[in-house]
Amino acid sequence: MSSKEPDGKKPLQKLMDNPWLLLVLGIVIPTLSYTVWGWIELWLVPPAALP
Amino acid sequence: MASAVESLPILGNHPTDQVRACDTTTLPVCLTAQKFIKLHAVAAVVFLLIGGIAALTLGLTRWPAVHLLDAQWYYRLLTLHGLNMLIFWILNFEIAVLYFASTVLLNTRLASKSAAWVGLVMMTVGAIMVDAAIFGGKSDVLMTSYVPLKASPWFYLGIILVAVGTLVGVINYFATIYIAKRDQTYKGSVPLVVFGATAAAIIAVVTLLHGAVVMIPTLLWSMGIIENIDPAWYRITWWGLGHMSQQVNVCAMVSIWYLLGTLTVGSKPLNQAVCRGAFVLYILFINVASAHHLLVDPGTGSVWKIWNTSYAMYLAVLASMIHGFTVPASIEVAMRKKGFNRGLFGWLANAPWSNPGFSGFFLSLVIFGFGGGITGVTLGTQQINIMAHNTLRIPGHFHVTVVGGTTLAFMAITYYIVPLIFQKDFYAKALCRIQPYLFGGGITLMALGMSFAGSYGVPRRHWDIEFTGGLFATGFDAGAHVMLGIMGVGAVIAFLGLLLYCLLVVAAVFFGRPVEGKPMEAWNEEPRGQIDAEEVDEHKTPGTLVIVFVFLTAFAVYYFANWMWLSDLWEVR
Repeated sequence: MSSKEPDGKKPLQKLMDNPWLLLVLGIVIPTLSYTVWGWIELWLVPPAALP
Repeated sequence: MASAVESLPILGNHPTDQVRACDTTTLPVCLTAQKFIKLHAVAAVVFLLIGGIAALTLGLTRWPAVHLLDAQWYYRLLTLHGLNMLIFWILNFEIAVLYFASTVLLNTRLASKSAAWVGLVMMTVGAIMVDAAIFGGKSDVLMTSYVPLKASPWFYLGIILVAVGTLVGVINYFATIYIAKRDQTYKGSVPLVVFGATAAAIIAVVTLLHGAVVMIPTLLWSMGIIENIDPAWYRITWWGLGHMSQQVNVCAMVSIWYLLGTLTVGSKPLNQAVCRGAFVLYILFINVASAHHLLVDPGTGSVWKIWNTSYAMYLAVLASMIHGFTVPASIEVAMRKKGFNRGLFGWLANAPWSNPGFSGFFLSLVIFGFGGGITGVTLGTQQINIMAHNTLRIPGHFHVTVVGGTTLAFMAITYYIVPLIFQKDFYAKALCRIQPYLFGGGITLMALGMSFAGSYGVPRRHWDIEFTGGLFATGFDAGAHVMLGIMGVGAVIAFLGLLLYCLLVVAAVFFGRPVEGKPMEAWNEEPRGQIDAEEVDEHKTPGTLVIVFVFLTAFAVYYFANWMWLSDLWEVR
């Protein structure tokens, strides 16, 4: 079974020839993995109990 | 000129009076893009010189035997150094690289001249604003400007202008590759160098978005409009700007490695799919490495830290190791095809080491890989980071990545940009030939001194490690002072290399002999071996394989030595 699409390009090649999809993935993955997840962790820190 | 244009195989989408054929490569050069490549390159070198002068004073201050600056000027010039080197020099050069890669290699016009002007003016005005704010004495907050340290609003506004100006340049790049595709100025996939530049541009977008998110509220805070900025939120978000911007450098640097391999020895990528796949790994995973800077911060948990700095990040490390193999391997194949096919390293010994484009590129590769790569992965391990964080080991690491790697690669490509784009010839070519060795050697020495001094616990940024006049006697082992002396000597040598580069470039660009209408004078005679005319197998690179195993051995030794040191410091029963 071939993984090629009807236009003869493999899916990975199609991804690499599509800078717009790479742009979206390049923004979404680090923003979710690093930024948003980090912000959520900070947001969940309970306020310090003052003595 | 007209006849040269007509002789081009493809006219691209250039207006006829806005393109010239390169007299050396025959590639079409968009004249609008050429103007902005020149302007950004000149701006880059000016900021490099400013940051370099600051660097010399800092090196001579951290060298305890000299201790040149007082505390106030030390922190002021440290702020100046970081921003001019890591942001203004690098980003200006990268925009020049993006304009070159998109227009020349895709045979297209620059999408928007107006946008290019807007980007350039914003970046220049912003950088001058930042430098003026620093010299004004109200912005001694270092490059990271961690809140609650508060700088002048002009400082933050300048950084925002630089970031937005850069973003305008990056958008202009994307618009250029869009019109190239639309107008079918090239066939098939974009060249590998353009693909790498696209990866750099994508990472730049993420970087600059983080910059906007963190710097706009901080500007409002400095103006008194917002009452409070949470320091932990600031640190996470700021490193989305501060560290990700260095990943733009990595992509740009690797792209330049491939370009210089082609320009200097005529190498070709070993496998396009593998090389591009490595750039995709950068796009997807390299930015999460920003969490390295927060490994000892409270607020975020170990899962977030280890996922971002280890599991996900290692996919980007894999990408670097792929490039670290394919780049020298492509050189090996090219040199063996030229007839240097004897032994394991005949190809390397006969490489054009007198060509500053080659020597700068290969030194950049070695310094980045062996120095920056090994220390980066090790220091980015959460447990090891506990003993290295905020020590001088960290600047020791990033001076071999960003300076010994990226800056040296940018210097190396300059030896081709000046004759091919500025169409000027260099003076004092003997000095050009030694410049990469001087700069690369100095930076390596300096970084070694920093790293070993940091191993003694010398802090990363502190003006006076002896805490002179403190209530308690402190101080470091004599070995740390020796290492700081080595660092200082390395800084002086590196500065001489940097100064030589600036002088050579300024002399060539502004006073050099024009070389319009004739091919560039080659830096070296075409290397020709006269041995072993047998067919070279493109998939056999035994010399590079040996280098790779030396690298992996050094990596393993350094990594496990750090675990051993950790077990000495932190005994677990």
